[in-house]
Amino acid sequence: MRIVIIDDSGLRATVLEEGLREAGYDDIHIVPPRGAFVARLERMAPDVVLMDLGSPSRDTLEEMLTVSRALARPIAMFVDQSDEAMIGAAIDAGVSAYVVDGLRKERVKPVLELAVRRFNAFAKIQGELDEARTALSDRKIVDRAKSILMNQRSLSEQDAYALLRSAAMNQGKKIVEVSQALITASDLLGGGGL
Amino acid sequence: MTTDLKIAFLPLTDAAVLVAARERGFAEEEGIALELVRSTSWATLRDRLVYGQVHAAQMLAPLAVAVTLGLSQQPAALAAPYKLNVNGNMLVMTSDFAAALEPDVARRIADPLGTAHDFAAAIGLWRRKPVIGVVHRFSSHSLMLRYWLASAGVDPDKDVVLRVLPPSLTVEAMRAGEIDGFIAGEPWGSAAVEAGLAETVAIGERIWRRGVEKVLAFREPWLEENPDIVDRLLRALARAAAWCDDGGNHAMLAKLLAQPRYVDQPADLIARALSGQMVARAGEAAVANPDFMLFSREATPFPWRSQALWIYSQLVRWNMVEHDAATAAKAGAVFRPDVYRRALANSDVAMPGASMKLEGAVDLPLAVGSRRGELTLGPDRFFDGRVFDPERIEDYLAGFVPGR
Repeated sequence: MRIVIIDDSGLRATVLEEGLREAGYDDIHIVPPRGAFVARLERMAPDVVLMDLGSPSRDTLEEMLTVSRALARPIAMFVDQSDEAMIGAAIDAGVSAYVVDGLRKERVKPVLELAVRRFNAFAKIQGELDEARTALSDRKIVDRAKSILMNQRSLSEQDAYALLRSAAMNQGKKIVEVSQALITASDLLGGGGL
Repeated sequence: MTTDLKIAFLPLTDAAVLVAARERGFAEEEGIALELVRSTSWATLRDRLVYGQVHAAQMLAPLAVAVTLGLSQQPAALAAPYKLNVNGNMLVMTSDFAAALEPDVARRIADPLGTAHDFAAAIGLWRRKPVIGVVHRFSSHSLMLRYWLASAGVDPDKDVVLRVLPPSLTVEAMRAGEIDGFIAGEPWGSAAVEAGLAETVAIGERIWRRGVEKVLAFREPWLEENPDIVDRLLRALARAAAWCDDGGNHAMLAKLLAQPRYVDQPADLIARALSGQMVARAGEAAVANPDFMLFSREATPFPWRSQALWIYSQLVRWNMVEHDAATAAKAGAVFRPDVYRRALANSDVAMPGASMKLEGAVDLPLAVGSRRGELTLGPDRFFDGRVFDPERIEDYLAGFVPGR
């Protein structure tokens, strides 16, 4: 079974490809949706096409599936339209799958399930990365607020932090929110932060 | 009690009524907490609606018909009780290609028939088939472009290459030389003009002066099971649409739409379509087209069955579906004037007395029968003067060049 993964994100495609290879599929190709990707896809004559549901190139792909003569057999999204749980899981995970007509659903289902799991795993990694990035920028904001207090109130770093924390507790806010407010106020008052 | 509703949309200026309903409190007044789900392709918006991930969607009117007829992936009965706008498209071509057309852009836009013939001649000079981007096979844009090209004897399936790509990728594809032009909803045509990549060749409003564009589409069973929610939503949208049509609100509306979670393009580009001040060539003065995009006046949101049937006639014309009476009836029934009437019965919205009309028969603003209030229909002519009689689809189709 030839599987083509159309994906912009190299990382997500790799995560999916790895999983499919571990499960014993070896005829896998990754095609980024750029330039003449539709022509490449036609030459490959895939049995299953997996694509990120959020990809703006889905309309281009579907048009090709409608008009192409190179793909002899029609391709439909999802092999078993009646399997609503599967379709729901795929859409939730952001997977769209196009499968050639006539391929038995028992053969396609494991591929789809695997794609759903891998897409979910990827989304989780991405979420954690975003969180880490937010945490990092949060820390920078707090650091900047601390140095404003240290400069303008001649406080030690520890005292500056304690002051931010008690202000946050009194106002029922996060330290980063109080810090951001302080930085904004300082900017407005011409303190220029640092 | 508040009702949570999810509606899918694409980043386009004509998502305006949905955005205004949410951001200006019209939905809230009807007890609706509106969540707008941004989608990047029509395929994904369609899947979200068909597989029940959203309650409704801002949909290309022809796509709603196509999904119902089983022409676009999983078939599903869709129902469109409300039109979100009429008009709003623009055809742009690279400056190289446009050089073969009427150089005065205001005159070029005002004379679509002349421009179509210039375009046909320009194809000969171009020495290869021009590649024109369309946003979807089942889009109003694609149907209008085909209609316009065919009027000058250009066969859209043979003499040009139509390439499908989503609106948000059009400008980049043009920059990369992958397409020579495109027809899309605003602000994407204006973005290509502003980038100095393209010039306006035609605007939708001059091809069909009241061209049906986006509808609010539901799954039909859900619409039937939730009349109260549907009615409240339609009332909220009708008020939002009136707000959107008011020139005094255009600057604020453009700002709302410019936000990253909606259209994510500069407010001044978005404002052009709202106010009808279209810049057709970078650096030149705007050309005034006050009817460039309508939301409310002239009973714009009313889903005339005849308009669904016009769409159907074009699908037949381009061999996208086989004509028979049952299919035609199914296509016409996608538009639901009955639901519109029920929802807005006790509002001050002007209500047409009929559900079908001749399309393309109004030359000058025309006062018509209305159950309430004054209703004036704007000119709705096709540029070639043809009139579509929904009772005589075969005759209409026979009027085009045989086979086309």
